[in-house]
Amino acid sequence: MRLGFFRRSSAPVARERLQILLEFERRIGGSDLIALLRDEIIAVITKHVTVDPEKIQVKIDRGKTASMLEVDVEVPNSYGALPATVTEAM
Amino acid sequence: MGKVVVVTSGKGGVGKTTSTAALGAALARNGQKVVVIDFDVGLRNLDLVMGAERRVVFDFVNVVQGAAKLSQALIRDKRVETLFLLPASQTRDKDALTEDGVARVIRDLRPKFDWVICDSPAGIERGATLAMRHADTAIVVTNPEVSSVRDSDRIIGLLDAKTEKAEKGERVDKHLLLTRYDAGRAARGEMLTLEDVLEILSTPLLGIIPESEEILRASNFGSPITISNPSSAPARAYADAARRLRGEAVEMSIPGDKRSILSKLFGRRAA
Repeated sequence: MRLGFFRRSSAPVARERLQILLEFERRIGGSDLIALLRDEIIAVITKHVTVDPEKIQVKIDRGKTASMLEVDVEVPNSYGALPATVTEAM
Repeated sequence: MGKVVVVTSGKGGVGKTTSTAALGAALARNGQKVVVIDFDVGLRNLDLVMGAERRVVFDFVNVVQGAAKLSQALIRDKRVETLFLLPASQTRDKDALTEDGVARVIRDLRPKFDWVICDSPAGIERGATLAMRHADTAIVVTNPEVSSVRDSDRIIGLLDAKTEKAEKGERVDKHLLLTRYDAGRAARGEMLTLEDVLEILSTPLLGIIPESEEILRASNFGSPITISNPSSAPARAYADAARRLRGEAVEMSIPGDKRSILSKLFGRRAA
């Protein structure tokens, strides 16, 4: 990351990254709440309006104590609805 | 139209994923638009090496099966904005990638990117043949070690037989990338030399990446070495290899890693 005498040691970073990752990977087959929310939010939106799937932007950031799920939907005005942004945090 | 490159080796653990990330990042840092694709279904790791493991929304299999759009599955790198990742799926179903689905994804990516870099799984099974299927160029990652050289020879045979180009009577442009090279050990006769490997495989050389502690450090941080420490010996070797891939004539040097020589003199630095 940076040169010099006081380089941050890298193993603790690796350890923390793996802990966060494995925490949710071990649940695969069980429930991944974030993925479930992602799918249900998209399903609800597409039930009410016809949206170009390319105009649905989903971002996930899995953290140690909380994860972020961000769903940005561009809803066309021609459907009488205002452009909406749905953001849900776990 | 972008170029499709497969990074392959036959043998596992020789540095395919590290090399995919490092070369992809080196090309992107020079303004090229790059997508790296993880073909290792069930055992994805390119996301981890790229530091994007927490940000996977959809994956390659979701796209192939039509559950997600390509644009929704691509993850943009946070450090280099022309670098994208298409992560593999963690499903245990090895047949989740279909030949038609992969062909469609490559066809969609090719006009949108300068480079489509396919990180092959180890082995010579379905995943590996799907990864090489549409390649214009192949990078065969080899360690100066007998089993790696033997497996590279098998892979070179497959590249000449099982690819789309081979079936059309054309040739995949093949390059050798020698990784984990220790010039000192090769000189002392403890390791196959560059000349040995080149003579046995008779494939042109793309680059020589020195064995280095910096590689592990980069993967611990989740950053391609060409981003996290571009002045290190392996990063410079990868940057040179990326320039050769673009067709530039860059003089080949056998890099000696100064830090590893120092660490030999003064003992290993504590991790």
